[in-house]
Amino acid sequence: MQPRDLQPEHFAGYPPEARKLIVSHLDVLRQLPLSFLPSLLREAIEYDYRFPAERASLDRELAGLKALTPAQMGRRFQAFAGVSLSSGLAQFDWINLPAQFVEQQSAYLWSTHQLDAFRKAATDYGAELQASAPPEPLPVRRLGIAVIGQGVPVYEGKLFRNLRAHGTYFSRIKPGQNFDLLLREMEQRAKAHPVPYGHWYVDGGQAVAHSAEITAVSYTGLEPVRAALLRRMQAEIASPGMGPEELRTRMARLAPADLGMDKAGDPVLDRFKVKVLTEGSGTQIYSTTFAQWTTREILRRAQALTLLVRFAPRQRQRPLNELLASTKGTPELDPLGSLIDADMAAWYHWINQQRLPGSDRSSFLVWFEGHREAVAIASSFPQGTESSSEIGLHELLSLATS
Amino acid sequence: MTPFFDNSRNPLETARALSRSRRDFLRGAARLALGSTLMSASPLVRGEAGRKKRKVIVVTFGGGARDQETFAPEGQENIPNMLRELAPQSSFFTHVTNQGILGHYVATASLATGVYETLNNFSAVAPEHPTVFEYFRKDLRRPSSDAWVVAPSNGFNRIGESECRNYGMGQGARVILPKHLLSAATSGGTPDFEHLLRDNYETPLYTPQIGGGEVELQQMENILRLSVEDFMTHARTVSSPDELSVYIARRLMQQEAPSLLWITMHDIDVAHSGAYSLYIEGIRRTDRLCLELWRAVQSEPEYAGNTTMIILPDFGRDSDYDAGGNGFQHHRTGDPASRTTWMMALGAGVRQGVVYEDPVQSVDLVPSLGAIMGFSAQQSTGKPIRELL
Repeated sequence: MQPRDLQPEHFAGYPPEARKLIVSHLDVLRQLPLSFLPSLLREAIEYDYRFPAERASLDRELAGLKALTPAQMGRRFQAFAGVSLSSGLAQFDWINLPAQFVEQQSAYLWSTHQLDAFRKAATDYGAELQASAPPEPLPVRRLGIAVIGQGVPVYEGKLFRNLRAHGTYFSRIKPGQNFDLLLREMEQRAKAHPVPYGHWYVDGGQAVAHSAEITAVSYTGLEPVRAALLRRMQAEIASPGMGPEELRTRMARLAPADLGMDKAGDPVLDRFKVKVLTEGSGTQIYSTTFAQWTTREILRRAQALTLLVRFAPRQRQRPLNELLASTKGTPELDPLGSLIDADMAAWYHWINQQRLPGSDRSSFLVWFEGHREAVAIASSFPQGTESSSEIGLHELLSLATS
Repeated sequence: MTPFFDNSRNPLETARALSRSRRDFLRGAARLALGSTLMSASPLVRGEAGRKKRKVIVVTFGGGARDQETFAPEGQENIPNMLRELAPQSSFFTHVTNQGILGHYVATASLATGVYETLNNFSAVAPEHPTVFEYFRKDLRRPSSDAWVVAPSNGFNRIGESECRNYGMGQGARVILPKHLLSAATSGGTPDFEHLLRDNYETPLYTPQIGGGEVELQQMENILRLSVEDFMTHARTVSSPDELSVYIARRLMQQEAPSLLWITMHDIDVAHSGAYSLYIEGIRRTDRLCLELWRAVQSEPEYAGNTTMIILPDFGRDSDYDAGGNGFQHHRTGDPASRTTWMMALGAGVRQGVVYEDPVQSVDLVPSLGAIMGFSAQQSTGKPIRELL
């Protein structure tokens, strides 16, 4: 099957909104090279379960492609058209299994040394897309908050090494500040600028009570889902002929109901949670990885206006000698290791936030929970400087977002 | 605010910048000299007599470490031993490129064959092209006891010999998988322990079936002079699989004294779990183990004074700035940071305290070993690194 042969009935297996979108753009899709189209379909097939920002992005992309003349289309996809694919890939059911196709295509590109060319074509395409279809202005400047170090009484090392160069390091945050203060600030933002899936709270432990305007995900809250997933994976691994590719394929097909999630839940959010656990490496095992990857995906997919992330201690990795001793019991926690994990995760939080539209006006705050250290990054703060003035988190946030 | 993402730099420029960063840092911190000024006189021991006694140990990291956690200024605290003890004694190559597939098994196979292999990274299959062990044994008529591989996970059990018709079965290295031995010695272990044994961190819940020429538990006593009880007693004192690998390697050096010993470490690759602190711990442990191995070389009569040790990661890890990746966690983007790494050569025939910044490729390793040891890596697509000749 080649893209030029596409017909509406080929998409009968797609969810309704996705089918409608695809069929209304079939003329465009028929012109796209096979090395590119399944990547687009991978996004489109999930359209019914996508966040508003993702839908808007896909709508813009398709509208932009529709507006191109044939000559412009040829130029836009020239590099992709130059990528050669195997006959096996051409015969693959890329319409109904676009994600699996992309995975196999990736392996093929690596093995035929075409990955670098493909990578350049994709990067150039993304840049052209951004330039040709600028996103809508944001209703409020984006704000990221990372709270790290829960359970660490003292830390002698240097925190925020990567972030300090981009903002102001505060060494005298007022004593007595707490997480609830940040959550309340966030709730006010969410109330003032109500946007579906626009304001998020991620907790690496148990989420605290929050208002309904906030979308929340927590590691502890997903414990039954994680347990169900690990049981399922173990069962799959034990089945004959199972390999890593097949395992990934089966994991990708899992729906919330397969992991015991309530059918009455939010289908978009539940699907997102399942993706975090099935696509993220280590998210099932370490709470710090879970919080970091969830943060990345919220920014990449939902393009959150506000994202508050609180890290909690992850389980300790047991050394070989302990494992051989066969002692069992409740896993111990590793607060210090988790602080180091979270410090790096905060850096990635900010980097991923800066990849989004409006980055020149965005704000970021990272705080060592219960301690006096923080870094604030915003146009109102000088870069690479330190402040020894005593300041409260509320005041810091006001300055960062004013 | 200052623009954060600089997209104007092309991949080649980025790779060169990484190389320059390593060079500048090493020159400052370890007082190494630039190699281009010292190229005229090679100290390599030449002649058949030299070659017969020559031993080579190759240490690869299956799980690359990035500059910012190692040789860049902010990473130096993680590699005190390589920096202060090993680098000053080494020829250091700042710009090693891997143009192949960035999976650990296939990349290690590529290092061992001198060809960018395209095998399935997650299958227990032999490399397509002859390995360095086969070239070495065939050309120099060496017995199987003279070439050994100590490798981390079960997937590496076919690394010792290729499927090439003129080489292949029975002509390669013997492979020892310490964790496989551990698994055999502790049959019926705990679920946690089983999880550790499946340490292919790229696919942590999947392990290919064993089916190669690796050493089995019952052979351990004959080869290593090590009883299962003693092996287990020692295993209970180490904290990681790589420590166990180094213990086995040292045992091999004492008992078999192979002329070609290849050790692949893997602890760093815990980075795939996404826990940064564990990745850093892995780097620090590997740094310590490299020094431990080097000291073992100095203390073993069969190795002292006639051994060349080469240390290199199989590749790097993704940059923080590539949107397609997730920083240190993986090596999936194919960006310059994941393709560019370094190599350190120490010991016999190697000029000490020199930094070479001209680009070399990871497939150049095998023909370079051929030139050092006196065999011909006929099918390798790499070329001998002149600074090692």
